[in-house]
This record gives sequence, structure tokens and C-alpha cells, in this order.
Amino acid sequence: MRIERQAARATRFRSPGRGSVVTAVSLALFLILFVAATVYIFAEHLFPAPPPITSAALMVDHQYNLTLYAAGAAFVLAQLGLAYMIFRYRDRGQRAHFTRGHTWMEIAWTVITLATFLGLGIAGNRVWADLEILPSSDDPIQVEVTESQFVYTFRYPGPDGKFGRLEASLVSPATGNPLGIDPSDPAGKDDIVASSLTVPVDRPIELLIRSQDVIHNFFVRELRLQQDAVPGMVIPMHFTPDRIGHYEIVCTQLCGLGHYHMHSMLDVVSASGYTAFLKREAAAQ
Amino acid sequence: MNAPANTHPEFGRAAAHAEKAFVRRYIFSTDHKIIGLQYFFLALTAVTVGIVLSLLMRFHLVWPAAHLPFVSGGIMTPEQYLALVTMHGTLMVFFVLTTAPQGAFGNFFLPIQIGAPDMAFPRLNMLSFWLTFSAFLCMMAAFLVRGGAPISGWTAYPPLSALGDVTGPGEGTGQTLWLVSILIFCLASLLGSINFISTTIDMRAPGMTLMRMPLTVWAWFVTAILSLLAFSVLLAGGILLFLDRSAGTSFFLPAGLVVNSELQMRNGGSPLLWQHLFWFFGHPEVYIAILPGMGVTSQIIANFSRKPVFGYRVMAIAICAIGFLGFLIWGHHMFVSGMNPYSGLAFSMLTLAIAVPSAVKTFNWLGTLWGGKIQFHVPMLFALGFVSFFITGGLSGIFLAQPALDTMLHATYYVVAHFHLVMGVAAIFGIFGATYYWFPKMFGRMMNETLGKIHFWLTFGAVYCIFMPMHFIGIAGGIRRYADATGPAYLAGLQPLHLFITIAAFIAATAQLVFFYNFFRSLRAGARASNNPWNATTLEWTTSSPPLHDNFDGRYPNVYRGPYDYSVPGASQDFLMQNMPDEQYPAPKGPSDAH
Repeated sequence: MRIERQAARATRFRSPGRGSVVTAVSLALFLILFVAATVYIFAEHLFPAPPPITSAALMVDHQYNLTLYAAGAAFVLAQLGLAYMIFRYRDRGQRAHFTRGHTWMEIAWTVITLATFLGLGIAGNRVWADLEILPSSDDPIQVEVTESQFVYTFRYPGPDGKFGRLEASLVSPATGNPLGIDPSDPAGKDDIVASSLTVPVDRPIELLIRSQDVIHNFFVRELRLQQDAVPGMVIPMHFTPDRIGHYEIVCTQLCGLGHYHMHSMLDVVSASGYTAFLKREAAAQ
Repeated sequence: MNAPANTHPEFGRAAAHAEKAFVRRYIFSTDHKIIGLQYFFLALTAVTVGIVLSLLMRFHLVWPAAHLPFVSGGIMTPEQYLALVTMHGTLMVFFVLTTAPQGAFGNFFLPIQIGAPDMAFPRLNMLSFWLTFSAFLCMMAAFLVRGGAPISGWTAYPPLSALGDVTGPGEGTGQTLWLVSILIFCLASLLGSINFISTTIDMRAPGMTLMRMPLTVWAWFVTAILSLLAFSVLLAGGILLFLDRSAGTSFFLPAGLVVNSELQMRNGGSPLLWQHLFWFFGHPEVYIAILPGMGVTSQIIANFSRKPVFGYRVMAIAICAIGFLGFLIWGHHMFVSGMNPYSGLAFSMLTLAIAVPSAVKTFNWLGTLWGGKIQFHVPMLFALGFVSFFITGGLSGIFLAQPALDTMLHATYYVVAHFHLVMGVAAIFGIFGATYYWFPKMFGRMMNETLGKIHFWLTFGAVYCIFMPMHFIGIAGGIRRYADATGPAYLAGLQPLHLFITIAAFIAATAQLVFFYNFFRSLRAGARASNNPWNATTLEWTTSSPPLHDNFDGRYPNVYRGPYDYSVPGASQDFLMQNMPDEQYPAPKGPSDAH
């Protein structure tokens, strides 16, 4: 009896669906406009990434677009579906359609989303393998990238093709040895140290990325590549730039108060320009 | 009608526990409802601080030379900006998104929804809250010490966070306080999760089978299991970091570190080890924040669509699947960390796999709305907003789950947009939905509907205006955690978007004043709430508003049906409460959870 009384009292309280038309229409319209604006901005590429400068970066863009179509379609369908439900099934005094679910529908959308997402994942992993796993070449130009608060230092092995040994206790930016190159190692005599990165066009490059103090990062938008620089590790990064130009290198890993101004430049130059660069820098060491 | 009498020994004891004195009743209370409210007001305090911090950041990004309140020296320095970044993230993740959905609403409603008089361990519950509160004070103290709050972000990656103030201001005492606070918070969460798990397993009313539990209870239960497993790992990792900082150990520090031209005498550690430990906690933490919101959203959508949750059993399984898979995907935070790229392949596929139960939940919410009789009360608006945010924020995750795309989007504003939508404001909308929905039960009064709707519309619109443009900034290469958003030359062109975001952020923050006004005014002047103002079905609506000390005034419920029996054909009313026996209120044919 108590339960019944309670239920009856609660039913009387209810004000059935007042104001629901305005809310339903506004909310549905809001979602429709929101979807339209989002689709417009993405379709028109109003805020694009800069053009890629490697074939691998082009593949990243391709995979990005593939994902954009799949996720975009899901976004439009789901948001508009939500808008439709809100408008169509607003309280107009009707009786709700009683159902507890539908097994085949559950199976269908589970299988469809699983297939879509895993398909995207497999395609994406092929691109990842090309970027990070498959060796890009047998004979890359090696440049060592050393990051510290809040500078990039680049080292070329010089004519002998060998990097000199580094010794942490010898690190001394004040005396002109910011990397701690060991003077007793003959391989280090001809090493070239520079504050920006210059590489020739159309040649495979291998960066050897390291850090002296905290974790930093190496990111060039046009390469679509970033890599953390982790103290204690030397991490390779491969790319083959196919466009001459001047590109910004930025740090994306929080590394201290100067994080926001830690940057350098990537210069992709012609083969002859690269030879001239090496000559010039060797003379300046 | 002849169900066994409800004679759990705990029941009588809890009833006898009612305290009269103010301090024992409202401060050091063992009543789960009071503790829930304490967590709620703690989260409200933390979220207010968190919002102010974010406004200062947004203001600084657009007008870097402006004089700002609360900023020592007036003009913000880069380290002050990073301190705000760190403290905003930490306060929001730990003291709002972990504390409010689980600590506040879970504490208040889990025992009532399963028909129990209190938590299994009321004193442990009190200890959990007071530890959390101490952790909060310890965290806030970091603002006051020399060097200020830490600048290493809420992720506190070593070596930046491990070497003291040689790596930057705030990395001395500030970072130590931060770490101690987190350790205390871990301890509190562990104690809390043990309580939630025991209560759910042991204290359900007769008839409250697992498959009759409200989806909120499922969510709190699975969240508690995640807390237990995740916070224990953070606790261990945090202790190691503490030792690296204070005892000269080298768990996370390799040999040959030269900081500020000073060679550090450490050897043999790995900075990546911290990242693995941190994210083994950090990723489940995302689900700790969002699962209760999913539960509340399911409950509210069913209530105001006047329909059972579409695919209840699938929804419960999806919560468990998300909880399980949530432990296998931490590596997707580390695609560019220097981790072996082969692991990227596995973490990528597992991450995409967890999108499946998430998508299934979305389909089921739409399925619940389908054919319903939707009533747009304020909680329902926030639940619908939750679904919209979850769709938008979830789908950008499909990009970030692929390492090949993460290499261009990692650490950009795209990531900021993604996680704020899916675990930030979606979870906040879960909290708002829960607040509007349960306010009548918690305080015995109704909140104002008109003010609630104004709050919803301003917040919903402004939040999309804040976070949608961040996707575009990220795609164009805008890096997060930059004290000066125009650092690299190419970012200068994105400043108009930053201005737009900052204006939207101020509107969103202002809208919260409407909420605060409505909340505190309704506490005193809201219309009296009946026991069941929403015509809902779960057990908390069978008792008085607010419930008495033992929740059911000695008359403990027996449970006869599933949690969402709305619009059952042949029934005399459009909702059948869980304690209504079949004889009086005939259920439809077949088991209550059949499809």
C-alpha cells in the first residue's frame, strides 16, 4: 500500500512535457548547425597542415584523409541521429515504445564498428611501419641531434664518416664544447657542430636523437614526424626530403620554462648547396 | 510478497550509528551520504580553482602583456604559465574528475541504489575523504612555497620532475608537495575503492542480482576495480620518484645527465619507466573519470525517455570491456616516446578495439531515445550534451590511436581538444546531469529548471566554441603547453582562433555562476521535492528526500525487477520501481533482462 501511495503521489507531480517543443527544436537545430559548420571547415581545409616534404609524410596525409572520411561519416550520422531522436521522440503525450533492446542490431553495430576501426588500424599500421620500422636505406646521411634546455645542437661526422666519442663530464657550452666531444678520440677531430640542421634534398637522412638533461622533442610539421629526445637513449629517425626549403623544428615535450621558445631550423638544400655548407662549417669549427 | 526478511547484520548496526553531535555528524561523519557531500563540495572547490587557472592561461595566451589578478608580479612569466598548466590538469583530473563522479555521487548513491544502509566500512570511508582533503591542502600549498607550483605538467615526467630546482622553478619544494599530495590521494583512492567493491559485492538487498543493478552501480563498481589496480601502480611509481628526488636513487635517471652544465651523479635508471608506470595508471584514470558519467547518462536517458535502457546487458558488458581493455592501451600515450615502434602496432590495435564498446554504448543511448517519450528536464539536457560530446571527442581518438597520425598530432592542441571533450567536459556534463538529477534526493529540494536550462545552453554552446577550434590549431601544428602561443613563427596566424577560444572560455566560466547561484539558492529556497519527482524506478527514489541516516528508515527494500522498467505494457503506470512486486505490478513476459 505504501508503495502504491508513493507512486500515485509522484505521478500527480508530473507536468507532462511542457516546453519540450522549443527545447527539442532548438537542440536539434543546434546539432545540425554544429555538424554543418564542422563539415564545412574540414571540407574547405580552412586550417590546413603545411604541404608534406617526404613521400612518407604524403602517406600520413593519405591515412589522415581516410580516417577523416570514416570518422567524419560516423560523426555526421551520430550527431544527426541524436538530433533526429530529440526532435522526433519529444514528449507529445504519446506512449513510449517498450523495448529492451535488439540482439541482432547489437551484433550488427558491434561487428561494423569493429571492422571499420580495425581496418583503419591495419592501414595506419602499414604507414607506421614505413615511417618507423622498415629501414629507409643502407646508406643514409647521419646527423646527430642533441637537445638540452632549450637548444638544439646538430653534429655531422665529418669526412671520416665517424662521430667522435662523447663524454658527459666534458660538456661545457662556455668553453665551446656543448656536446662534450672527447678531444682524445681522433674520430671527433673533424666533427662538425651546428645550431641548425642542413640536409641535401632527395637523400635518405638518419637523425640520431639524444638529450643531455630532460626529455625534449624533435618535430617538423612538414615531415609529419616527431620524436622525443630521451636522456640515456639514442633514437633514430628516418626521412628523405624531396623539396628544397626552410622549415621550423619545434620542441613538443614539456622541458621547462623555456619550452615555448625551444626551436631550430631545418634547411633542405641542393646537393651542391650541401657540399658548400659542409665546407663552410668545417672551416668555422 | 513472501520474500525473505531483510536481515543483514550490518543494517541494524548502521541505524544505531546515527550521531547527534555536530562534529561527528557533519565533519567526521561515517555516514556515506555526508561523506558523499563532503567529496562533492571538495570537488566544487577544486573545480572553481581549476576554472580560474584555465581563465588565467587563456587570458595570457591572447594578451601576454596584460596585468593579471592572482599572478605575482602582475605579468605572467613562462614558469608561472607552466605552473598553471600543471595545477589546472592535476586539480581537474584528481580532485574533480576522480572525486566528484565516484567519491561524491558514488558514495552517496551506490549504497542506496543497492538497498544498503551504508558503505561496508564506514570508518574507512571517512578516512578516505579526510586523506583526499589533506591531499588537496597539500596540493594547494604548492602555490605558496618558494619557486611556486611545479612546472612539469600533471604527468610529471622525469628527469624534469626528478632533479629538484636545477631543472626549473617550481621543481623544488613545489614538486615535492605535488608528489606527496598525489601519494596521499592514491592511498585515499585505494581505501575508497576497497569500500566500493566490498559494498557492491556484499551489501546488495535481497533480489538485487548483478543483472538488476542500475548501470550507475555497474559503473561505480568497475570504476572502483580500476581505481584499485591503477592507483596502486601510481602509488608505487610515485614512491620511486619521491626516492629519486629525495634519496638520490636513480630509478628514472640514466647516467650522463648534464643539467645546466652540471653533471648529475646518477646512473642506471630509465625515464621511460616512469612513463610506463604513470600511463598504466593514467589511461585507466580516463575511464575512472568517464565511466560513472556513462552510468549516470544511461540512467537519466532511460528515465526521461520513459524507456528501459536499450540493451541493458550489453551496456553492463561494455562497461566491463572498457574497464578491462583500459589496462592494455597505456602505450598509446607513448607512440613518440622512444618506445620500441613494434609495441606501437599492438597498442594501436587495442586502442581501436576499446572504441568498439564505447561506440556500442553510444548506439544504445540512441536506441534508448528511439521510440521514447522524451522529457527535456535539465538533467536530460546534460545527458544529451554528454552523448554529443562523447561522440565528438571519441571520434578524434580514432586519429590519435594510430601512431602514424599521432606523429603529427601528438602534443598539439588537437590532443587538448580530444581529451577535454571526451574525458573533461563529457565527464563534467555527467557530473552536472547527476547534480540536477539527484539534487532533490540529496537536499530535499528541486533546482530551478529555467536557470538550469540557461546554464545548459550557455555551457553547451561555449564548450564547443572552446574545443572545436583547438582541433584546427592542432592540425596546423599548434603545440600545447607553450607559454607563448606565437613561439614558432608559423603559429602567429592562429592567434585569431586563440582569441575566439578565450572569449568562449569566459562565457563558459560565466555560465557557471548561473549554476552556483541556482545551486545555493535552491538549497534554501527550492521547491520541496517529493520522494520521486522524476517518476524514476531505482531504489533511491523509494525513500525520503533526503534519506534518513540508515537510508530506508528501517524498512529495507526487496528487489523484484530490473532497474529500468519504464512504459511496461499492461502496467498501470509508466514506471515500475525496483521494489514493486510482480503480483501487484505485472511485468512483461520473459526474464526482465531479456532482449
